[in-house]
Amino acid sequence: MARAVTNRRKSVNTILAWIVGLVIFFPILWTILTSFKTEAQAISSPPVFLFFDWTLENYGVVQERSDYMRFLWNSVIIAGGSTLIGVIIAVPAAWSMAFVPSRRTKDILLWMLSTKMLPAVGVLYPIYLMFIRLGLLDTRTGLVIVVMLINLPIIVWMLYTYFREIPVDILEAARMDGASLKEEILHVLTPMAVPGIASTLLLNFILAWNEAFWTLNLTAAKAAPLTAFIASYSSPEGLFFAKLSAASTMAIAPILILGWFSQKQLVRGLTFGAVK
Amino acid sequence: MATQHSRSAARLMMAPAVILLLGWMLVPLMMTLWFSFRKYLPLRGGDQGFVGFDNFVRFITSSAFWPSVQTTLVIVGGVLLITIVLGVLLAILLDQPMWGQGVVRILVIAPFFVMPTVSALVWKNMFMDPVNGLFAHLWKAFGAEPIVWLSDASLFSIILIVSWQWLPFATLILLTAIQSLDSEQLEAAEMDGAPVFSRFVYIVLPHLSRAITIVILIQTIFLLSVFAEIFVTTGGAFGTRTLTYLIYQRVLESQNVGLGSAGGVYAIILANIVAAFLMRIVGKNLDA
Repeated sequence: MARAVTNRRKSVNTILAWIVGLVIFFPILWTILTSFKTEAQAISSPPVFLFFDWTLENYGVVQERSDYMRFLWNSVIIAGGSTLIGVIIAVPAAWSMAFVPSRRTKDILLWMLSTKMLPAVGVLYPIYLMFIRLGLLDTRTGLVIVVMLINLPIIVWMLYTYFREIPVDILEAARMDGASLKEEILHVLTPMAVPGIASTLLLNFILAWNEAFWTLNLTAAKAAPLTAFIASYSSPEGLFFAKLSAASTMAIAPILILGWFSQKQLVRGLTFGAVK
Repeated sequence: MATQHSRSAARLMMAPAVILLLGWMLVPLMMTLWFSFRKYLPLRGGDQGFVGFDNFVRFITSSAFWPSVQTTLVIVGGVLLITIVLGVLLAILLDQPMWGQGVVRILVIAPFFVMPTVSALVWKNMFMDPVNGLFAHLWKAFGAEPIVWLSDASLFSIILIVSWQWLPFATLILLTAIQSLDSEQLEAAEMDGAPVFSRFVYIVLPHLSRAITIVILIQTIFLLSVFAEIFVTTGGAFGTRTLTYLIYQRVLESQNVGLGSAGGVYAIILANIVAAFLMRIVGKNLDA
């Protein structure tokens, strides 16, 4: 019989959990709040939490001074493009590994995972050199390719774990009914695979958006996404807390929202199916 | 079952992903290996030929090497310790019945979605700034002298920032694992009069051991290559130069490609040792 939980215990849990949650979330909350302050209020002593003159001025200044929209657009192209291309390449691979497994499938999967473990800094110069030779340095195309490749193993893995949960019997039934490979994929598999593909797109978009090694090292001005744009605030001039906060808030807001939708897939995607 | 026809189709479908990853792995790896045996200074004379194991010896014997290994180990170890200990406690707390569990979960997970450059800069300026940071205000409120975090407690500061980013990941995975724990077992132990602490040590911890191992391995791989957090806060100064950062400086800042590549080979070997353990666990799971 399940033990009844006393309301008192539940209250204690609730209070404790909310305090811990708010402490962890506080830096984000503080950044969002500061983005609506004036620069003077942002550094006032003692700090003001809620009772200040709310202003949208910083958001305007950030866009005006740094052409924020261009960085945002670069981020969207790089994260979106790399994820989309990655999924297009990974779907057939994951499909065949899940439904037509061979003796080597496991080895191939593990080998793909091992490419993800390669430390980026170990191959920094070769990639840098290739980028110069191929004219890809500071281009969105170059970053789409690199970010796609570093996330491809995760994309294949996630899709594989989702596809493996699709019952094979249904596919066999479709085959018995004389469905061709194409029909099998289009009418039987696709509807069942869409949720998994959507989760994969979502999580990998987030990972690509936050990628901060290659985006920092392979871009200068033209193709720099938000990660690099924010890094340019590391050498500040004058008062800038409120503007930094506004720029940061704009850079993380879309991903925070997407992230909340993807929290369940996060575990599966990042542990390669080892924890579900 | 699978016909010859579907087998070759399967191979064809796998080909693009396999070929791309093979190229992505082999080509740069071969180039790094090649450069690591050469004296190569792009801005000072270019490629000056084969030097044997010279770069490997010089990289290890340089005065910056052992401190960077130590820094790397302190950061990885510190972050692992903090995220696992707090992660287990948080997972247990979040598993308890409460009001607004969904919202608390979101609050706890949020830092994971903040891009590394943002979290590093927010912590650096708005919390750790010795004049205007929140910590400085807090210290002054208690009459203490504010700490110049990123130079006087630089390693601790970096560990704090990186732990904040990775705590959600550890918590989420440990929470998922804890939720699969059979609650009847715990209740039986409680009825038998087992105190909270021994229930934790003998039932909860063993159940979590696999998840903890996975968290350790995955985080280690990512933590070994922490970059942006150092890049925008200290730039490798004040004893925060990790192995990754040292190689980055050799390759791109001082443009000593041969030396940097030798460092890269060491980093690859190090990461592979960790990866081998992870792969074994993941591989076992595939058979299940």
